[in-house]
Amino acid sequence: MLSHLTRRILISIPTLILISIFVFALQKMLPGDPVLALAGEDRDPETLNRLREVYHLNDPIWQQYFHWAMNALRGDFGTSIRTGLPVSEMILQKLPVTIQLAVMSMIFAVLIGIPAGILSAVRKGTATDYLANVVALSGLSIPNFWLGIMLIMLVSVKWQLLPASGYVPLTDDPWQSIRTMLMPAFVLGTALAASLMRHTRSAMLGVLRQDYVRTARAKGLPDRTVIMHHAFRNALTPVVTLSALLFGELIGGAVLTEQIFTIPGFGKMIVDAVFVRDYAVVQGVVLVTAIGFILMNLLADTAYFLLNPRLRVG
Amino acid sequence: MSNLASDPVLPRPQSRVWRKFRHHRSAMFGGALVLIFVLLALAAPILPIPDPAATDWGAIRLAPSAAHPFGTDEIGRDILSRMIWGARASLMAGVVSVAIAIAVGVPLGILAGYFGGWTDAVISRCTEALLAIPFLILAIALAAFLGPSLTNAMIAIGIAAAPVFIRLTRGQAINVAAEDYVESAHAIGLSTPTILSRYIFPNVLPPVLVQSTLTIASAIIAEASLSFLGLGQQPPAPSWGAMLNTAKNFMTQAPWMAWWPGIAIFLVVLGFNLLGDGLRDALDPRED
Amino acid sequence: MTLRRILLLAALMGTTAMAAEAQTLRIGLESDPDALDPDKSRTFVGRIVFTALCDKLLDVTPELELTGQLATDWTVSEDGLTIDMTLREGVTFHDGTPFDGEAVKANIERSQTLEDSVRKSEVSSITSVEVVDPTHIKLHLSAPDAPLLAQLADRSGMMLSPASFEGDVAANPVCSGPFKFKSRVAQDRIELEKYDGYWNAEAIKLDGVSYLPIPDSTVRLANLQSGDLDLINRLAATDVPAVEDNPNFAFAKATGLGYQGITFNTQNGAMADNPFGKEAKLREALSLAIDREAINQVVFAGLNAAASQSVSSVSPYFDPAFPVPARDVEKAKALLAEAGLEGGATLEMQFPNRPENQQVVQMIQAMAAEAGITIKLTAKEFASMLSDQAAGNFQSSQVGWSGRIDPDGNIYGFVTTDGGFNDGKYSNPEVDRLLAEARATSDEAKRKELYHQANVILMTDLPLFYLYNEAWLYGLSNKVQGFTAMSDGMIRLENVTLTE
Repeated sequence: MLSHLTRRILISIPTLILISIFVFALQKMLPGDPVLALAGEDRDPETLNRLREVYHLNDPIWQQYFHWAMNALRGDFGTSIRTGLPVSEMILQKLPVTIQLAVMSMIFAVLIGIPAGILSAVRKGTATDYLANVVALSGLSIPNFWLGIMLIMLVSVKWQLLPASGYVPLTDDPWQSIRTMLMPAFVLGTALAASLMRHTRSAMLGVLRQDYVRTARAKGLPDRTVIMHHAFRNALTPVVTLSALLFGELIGGAVLTEQIFTIPGFGKMIVDAVFVRDYAVVQGVVLVTAIGFILMNLLADTAYFLLNPRLRVG
Repeated sequence: MSNLASDPVLPRPQSRVWRKFRHHRSAMFGGALVLIFVLLALAAPILPIPDPAATDWGAIRLAPSAAHPFGTDEIGRDILSRMIWGARASLMAGVVSVAIAIAVGVPLGILAGYFGGWTDAVISRCTEALLAIPFLILAIALAAFLGPSLTNAMIAIGIAAAPVFIRLTRGQAINVAAEDYVESAHAIGLSTPTILSRYIFPNVLPPVLVQSTLTIASAIIAEASLSFLGLGQQPPAPSWGAMLNTAKNFMTQAPWMAWWPGIAIFLVVLGFNLLGDGLRDALDPRED
Repeated sequence: MTLRRILLLAALMGTTAMAAEAQTLRIGLESDPDALDPDKSRTFVGRIVFTALCDKLLDVTPELELTGQLATDWTVSEDGLTIDMTLREGVTFHDGTPFDGEAVKANIERSQTLEDSVRKSEVSSITSVEVVDPTHIKLHLSAPDAPLLAQLADRSGMMLSPASFEGDVAANPVCSGPFKFKSRVAQDRIELEKYDGYWNAEAIKLDGVSYLPIPDSTVRLANLQSGDLDLINRLAATDVPAVEDNPNFAFAKATGLGYQGITFNTQNGAMADNPFGKEAKLREALSLAIDREAINQVVFAGLNAAASQSVSSVSPYFDPAFPVPARDVEKAKALLAEAGLEGGATLEMQFPNRPENQQVVQMIQAMAAEAGITIKLTAKEFASMLSDQAAGNFQSSQVGWSGRIDPDGNIYGFVTTDGGFNDGKYSNPEVDRLLAEARATSDEAKRKELYHQANVILMTDLPLFYLYNEAWLYGLSNKVQGFTAMSDGMIRLENVTLTE
């Protein structure tokens, strides 16, 4: 177990270096001069050149990479060419936003996905099974941005129930904060619920076939107890693993949902930065989210080991 | 089908799979949905519908009526016609980008899985690195790099989706390579290309098939998302995503502009998801 | 203190606290401003925030005339080489340090010397700032510079507390405007609070203002409708009825100073080698094929104004000698025939991938087709479009300009041989001469004549032509009183109130 984890962590190092190279290569790949993109309406050629010097954009790319990587190791991701603010500070500002959105979305996903999965496994082959399946897949099939706009129109504009967009820090006003994030979390959660439902269903089906479940049933234990106590507990492993993986993906930011609901999280930050060629921000955020993703993967792995007694022994 | 049941010998796995698939109700429903849209898209040139690019400035943003069953858009084009022609772009986007993902992902996955060692290490680390970058971010960056157009959006989505196929085929190839018949093929001196094409490739196909149906679904959404950011299909040609992108600016005055493409994307993506799901169940030997 | 008095006090404190909360105006902007440092700022939305945050030496009236702000009076010498300014007394920066001649000198020198200043070219004609006494300064210029005063009414004239130069200005700007900086979360909000020491404090009725960047116009409007915002910038023209028809909301409009038009690549590299790049006649044919009023009606519900020239109809420099060209398909076809292209001509056109531009170019495409001109449209992401344009990688481009108070700002850079925005590399020595002379002349009548002469040439050469002037459209909650839309598109908060 420990050696397996150590190996995984060691393997992550070249992966991270590769990611940093990919992201850095973007700077050379993407058309559009960052300085020109930012110059906007003040495009004096002399100014542009001076700006390139200030941001080291005239240096060879490998030199820029080395410079950036050395600073990144110390936690310094440079300065946003657009806002003039340090990137690490911007990331720290957005971290709670993204995590709150991810957690609330996961809650929705779990609340919808797991019961639907259990239900559809227990009632396999019945109309309930098909219905649960279609409903769960529907969540996955609606474009997020479309559902988002429709919800804003209905819930915020027509019924005036929830704020239309934006973000309120949890520390400022917890109730308002949760209210503001309810719609985006629901939009994201419905999309994730489908995978959770599928995995819960097939894990449950696997377990329900096992001897000990049959025995429990034969002993005359009530269905409810058998399902929740014996079956679901053992079906939990793949579900927890998947949840960790989905959470890792959420850390990368929910690009369009954040865009529609104007949530200042990682997804919106990266996209806006790509469009104005604010490379320091793109590089910093992608690296941090990739680390988050890899960590969640490690966690998923660990959970898999811990929850699976057979593997622990072996 | 009925003669199979009375067959004394075990049914061939393919037919068993086919039978399971045929009896998968939601898969059949999904397949029907997809089929309807494919037929509509194919029939676009022969259907009696107006030119999807014909503008009429006297008839902008008209609500659905007998003349325009789905209404008209912001410069007076018939939405029904644009929906049907747009089906081509959206379905193409799904299918072509997945074809690209398979073309890139499957060979790399087989190489990594079959050869192992350094080949595997290099391919796997690159795959992991790409997987750690959020899918849509990767697609956006690639689409921005290639320039906004439907073709480029398809390439971008294809490349961004390739890592999933690499990982899938790699795992499958490792399993197959360890089978006895592959070992014996080695022993009798069959060449590596022959082993790869005769034994490994056919065996990695079923999960790839399942994955591609599901990925087509997400690729259609991804194309819509890229169009939503202005990086997909370019005017005046229609695609559902591009139509939604324009429609969102008229949500209060002309909500039907957003309803149709939204519903169409939902139905066709649902169709592919149900289809993929059914395939997975049919190919899963544990589920009977 | 008795219990009753304590309760009374608590109640009073409670009400004041509530009132303070209610008096913060929430404004929705279309994008997140860039660096909040006047010497580094480059975006239009940034200027909107600065209007509340940083006072300038000069300002403009609704009629677009210059007026004093931190300077109360100014005179330009006969030879145009010296500008005398009298500064307002009793002004302090947000950090309490007094505003005086030395502060002006320090600020202008910062604009000139800061390594990444984008203001350098705007104040390059100033050779030195002489501080006569704390309330009088003289700007010495190397050459007469008519647009300079307009620059001093914009970001070049914004005054930061010199004591703040050492710190990170963008993260904590210290100016002398009606509101002081409170906090900023990038892409979420910028919050300002009332500065009690403001020299014109009685005109400021609000206790604070927050700016929230919400790029999507539908979502911005939804926030206004749901009561989450009080004022939105850049209301979409097609959404105006939704606001007007609802008694809870109001709508404000001002015709802007900017324009949208089509720029041609006439001499920038190999891509200029196309019929439209070479023949002014064909450019005229395209211009004649376009029905500008129809675009205005269909895309902008008639709220913008069809345009014919670089300055908008609200500018004192608007030249009635150049009316909006009427659509004339027959003449367009005749011009095509004259150029030997009876069979039709093809033109590639790039445009920014934004919904409104997309609608406009699709209409142009349909209109041009009727005159025998086939337009191939290429949408580009804004950043790519700018660099393609600068590199000459385009035949024609649908672009715009947000507009400046001084007419020089709308034309000089775009058509003079070395102009920073002249991406088509159009060059005509006579135009260069006329526009340079207009720059160095302060007499309004003389300048008008020079611009007229330049325009006569430009309307024939047509290196670019104009489509429409954008109107600034605002949606307001009816709780907001006293707001006036201005042609420069800035949101001024003097005398704006918010009632519950």
